Formats: sequence, structure tokens, C-alpha cells
Amino acid sequence: MSLRAHELTLGYGGTPVVADLSLELPPGAVTAIVGANACGKSTLLRGLIRLLAPSSGAVLLDGTELARLGTREVARRLGLLPQSPSAPEGLSVEDLVARGRYPHQSWLQQFSRDDQHHIDWALEVTDTAGLRRRSLDALSGGQRQRAWIAMALAQDTETLLLDEPTTFLDMAHQVEVLDLLADLNREQGRTIVMVLHDLNQACRYADHIVAMHQGRIHAQGPPSDVVDAEMVRTVFGLDVRVVPDPEEHTPMCVPAKRRRRRLDAPEQQPTVT
Amino acid sequence: MTRADPRPAPRRVPVRAGGFSRLLDLRLLAVCAGALVVGVVTIALSVSVGEFPIPLGDVAATLVGSGTFSDEFIIVGLRLPRALVGLGCGMALGASGLIFQTLVRNPLAAPDIIGVTGGASLTGVAILILGAPPALLPLGAFAGAVVSATLVYALAWRGGLSPYRLVLIGIALAAVSVAGTQYLLVIGDLIDVQRAAVWLVGSLNGVTWAEFWPLLVGLVLLFPATAALARALDALSLSEESATALGVRVQRSRLGLVVVGAALAAFAVAAAGPIGFVAFIAPHLARRLTGLTGAAVLPATALVGGVLVMVCDLVARLVLAPVELPVGVVTAVVGAPFFLYLLYRANRPVRGG
Repeated sequence: MSLRAHELTLGYGGTPVVADLSLELPPGAVTAIVGANACGKSTLLRGLIRLLAPSSGAVLLDGTELARLGTREVARRLGLLPQSPSAPEGLSVEDLVARGRYPHQSWLQQFSRDDQHHIDWALEVTDTAGLRRRSLDALSGGQRQRAWIAMALAQDTETLLLDEPTTFLDMAHQVEVLDLLADLNREQGRTIVMVLHDLNQACRYADHIVAMHQGRIHAQGPPSDVVDAEMVRTVFGLDVRVVPDPEEHTPMCVPAKRRRRRLDAPEQQPTVT
Repeated sequence: MTRADPRPAPRRVPVRAGGFSRLLDLRLLAVCAGALVVGVVTIALSVSVGEFPIPLGDVAATLVGSGTFSDEFIIVGLRLPRALVGLGCGMALGASGLIFQTLVRNPLAAPDIIGVTGGASLTGVAILILGAPPALLPLGAFAGAVVSATLVYALAWRGGLSPYRLVLIGIALAAVSVAGTQYLLVIGDLIDVQRAAVWLVGSLNGVTWAEFWPLLVGLVLLFPATAALARALDALSLSEESATALGVRVQRSRLGLVVVGAALAAFAVAAAGPIGFVAFIAPHLARRLTGLTGAAVLPATALVGGVLVMVCDLVARLVLAPVELPVGVVTAVVGAPFFLYLLYRANRPVRGG
């Protein structure tokens, strides 16, 4: 399974957001795409999963252009967790997860043994089996995110793309979600590609980091090779000190000591009499 | 994490045979069966009660062909087609309402948003007021609905269809249709205007088999189409992104669903005028009764919608007898408070986080 972008240009009309970008995502690894806001990282992810058609270049799945593959065919191989997924009011966890089976079903075949097996398994590994009858709206943010990951897992794809899977979660739930993704990668060899806001999380969980800057790849490689003060200054515009993470010994960025800035009071306008 | 299941009894049973498999929801099945029973009872009551009451025994005798001539005329000629047209309209409106509510992800949506009601009202009233043959009414209303829906769809299209733009264009075009309809009502003869006003509320008064057969054809064509699009509808109800990721051809499926939803409503409007609130209420009732959401509720929604219109029409016939109210008055009396209740609920802050 290989997913790669070849001279990919993406945009929404007007200036391209991602320009002439080539990238090979290492199979069986966890890749984190990082960069400042508006650097094109989410756009790249949208392009990689055909939510956005390239204005030039191509995305290749095992050497075949995505646009040439049937959308169902792609859906059996690439799964997605969107940035802020939404579900109709009152949808139960079980029914959400069952929707992940769409690309494997037909009108006649809507609940095969295979479907049942994958749904139960997805609920089990995401620890949402006990919540299966609960309505999605009644869950905590972390539980809900796990239910959505379960849906993506029920889709049974070798590659899973996630757009900021930890945004809006508190720290404990962030770690919970990332641990789950790491386990899925280690235990099952699934390729994980995620856009992450938090560079330290990316360093800790990713085998491969793609740092984007102004629609292009600034650097890529293992975290220890890629992440240094120089890269962070260019990509994020922030001065940091990079120290080893005391737990995992991956690089960890600590923002440089704050320089105080004097805030001038707004000038008083002379009163007109 | 707790592993305890809050509802231990299996509510769902997998059914598999060869290449066929479904997950049957027992509560959904029970609701459908219940609605069927209530429906049959309502039909029996509808043909029995009225200005000339016919005992149920005589009704049964008539239906097997051994009734009196007058009973047969009243039952088969007048009351049965009326009940069945009510049933068919309710089924079509319910299914249409569910499609649009799910498609635009708004529980307050109805086929009105695609301009079906507005267009049908305008052409229907034009036929009644401008002196065209009244026999053209169903066809004219149907044509108005289709033209209006096509116009809304075309105007809302911009390299793709966004449900949000669909709603806004629908509202704008509905306003135009209302203005046209009002103008016709102002210039029309009093007697024509009165008939137009009754038709505009939605009425089953005086419907015959002539209204029933086209409606039946519509249902026979459109229900299988709806069933075929049901899975795509469920995927689309998540979000465009999720649907694409699941392998749904988003624009094609949306077009199919809008066409089927609009056509269902158009057949209903052609048969009985724009009966209000049914398309909006039936999906909510079905969701409440089944505890489900999405396309799975379709059969229950259709049945609940059908029963709802028949019951409301029975009330409309009886409440001020011998004066028969248009059924739309009763559905509005039931529907408007329900609409307010849902609005009230929707405006309350959401629990949890």
C-alpha cells in the first residue's frame, strides 16, 4: 500500500494553497503533518483523500491516480476522520459505526457476518462497546471521538487519515486518542496519516514528520532529524528550545523565554469644546 | 470503561439468507405493524361513519361484493378513494419530509424548501381562477411543483449543491410564488377564490379514484427509488466529507434524493393540494416511536404519515359535521404547536460537552 502525491497543486480557485508538492507517505508508519495555521496541511490531507480535486498533479494510490479509481474502491483502502465530524441528532454509537461499512455493502447485503464482525471489533478496540446503544450527543468529547474512530476502523482500510484528531479534547483525552492510533499502527500495521497542531505530540507519536510552510514541504523525516529550533522558527515563526522529552526522549519544543513588550496606552484625543 | 449494556435484551436480529442480509430492528417492526393496524382500523371507520352511517358489518359485506347498491356507491365510490388518497398522500409526504430533513440536516425542513408547495400552489390557483378546465388541476399542480423544484435546484447549483444554499433559494422562490398566488386570489371571482382557498389548505373533499391512480403509480415508482438511495442518504447525513470518504458519489446521490423527494411531494400535492405539516411531523413521530434516526425510519415514516392524514381527515369530516373541513386545517392545528415545541427545544442550550 503506498499513497503519494506527485507534483500536487491544490486550491479553492485563486492562489493555490498547496503548490507543486511531491510526497511519499511511508507505508505502515505514523506520519504527522505539521505547520502553522493556513500552511496548507489540512488542504493537503483533503487532496490526499479526494475531497479536493487537484488543479494539477495527482495523488497516486499504489501507483494509480485516485481520480481513475472508483470512489468505492478508494473508500475500501483509505479511511478518514474529518476535523469536525457531524452526525444527525439521536444517532447511536452502534449505528454510526455501522455506517463505516458502506463501501463493503450493497443494497441486498447490508449486514453480513463480515460487517457484524468488523463493527464489533471496532467497538471493542476503541473501548466503545459499552456505549453502543448510547446516543452520540450524550457522550463526552473523548468518547465521541473514539466512536468516530471506531467508524473509520469499521471501514477496514489499510490507511487512515485524520484531520486534527485531538482538537477540542482535553489533555487526557488527547493522549487516549493518540495512544489508540499508535496501538492500531503497531499491532495491525495500519498506515496512519494525521494533521496535528501540537508539534510535541507529533514528535512523540509520529515515525515521520512532514513540516509544511506556505503550501510546500519545508522538511520531512523522523522527528529527531527534522525538529530543531531552526525548523520551528521558519515553520511556526517561534523561538523555541528543543530538549529531549523526559518520558520518550523524542524532541520536545519549549517556547523561548518571553520578552516583555511595553504596551503603550492609546493616545488621548484632545477634547473638542 | 463500563461494559454493561443498558438494554440487555437484543432489540435487533440479524437476518441472513444467501446474498441477502439485514439487521432487523424489532421495535421498528413493531411500530410498522402497529401503524398498519391503526391504518386498517382508520380506513374501516372512514368508510363507515359519516352523514349516512354504514355499520361495519355492512361495510364488510359491501367489500366482498354483497352489499346494497347505495352502500356500494357511498363506500366504493366516495369514502374508500378518499381514505386511500389520504393514505397515499400521507405516505408520500412523510417519506419526502424525511428525505429533506436528513439531506439538509435540519429537523425543521420539509419539501417546501425545494419549492414544491409554492410552485404547485401557484399553478393550481391559476387553473382554478383563470378559468382553465378543473380537470387540469392535478396535472397543473404537478407541473408547477416540478418546474419550481427544478428552478430552485438550478439556482442553488454552483459547481455543486450545498444544502444551505438550497434552503435560502427555496425560501426566496417560495416568497415569489406566494406573491403570485396572492395576486391571483385578489383578482379572481369570489366563488373561484373560495374553491382556490380550500384547495390551498389541502383538502380531500370530493377526491375520487381519478386522483388515486396517478398517486399509486407515483408511490410504486418512487418508493423503490427511495429505498435504493437510502444508504447514500444515511452517509450524506454525516457530512459531505464523511460521505465522500465512505465512497458515496455525493452530487449524484444528492440530485437523486432531491428529485425523488420533490416528486413524492408533487404527487401528493397533485392529488389533494398542499396539505401542510405532514411532511414535517411524520418523520419526527416515526423517530420518536422507533428510537431510530436516518433512512431506517423510512417505512415507519411513510406509514405514520399515511395514518396521520387519514385520522386528520376523519376528524375534519366529523368535527363540524355536516360541514367538512379541509384536512389541511386539522393537520395545521396539530402541526403548528408541534413546530413551536421543536423550535423551543432547538433553541435551548445543548446539554453536556
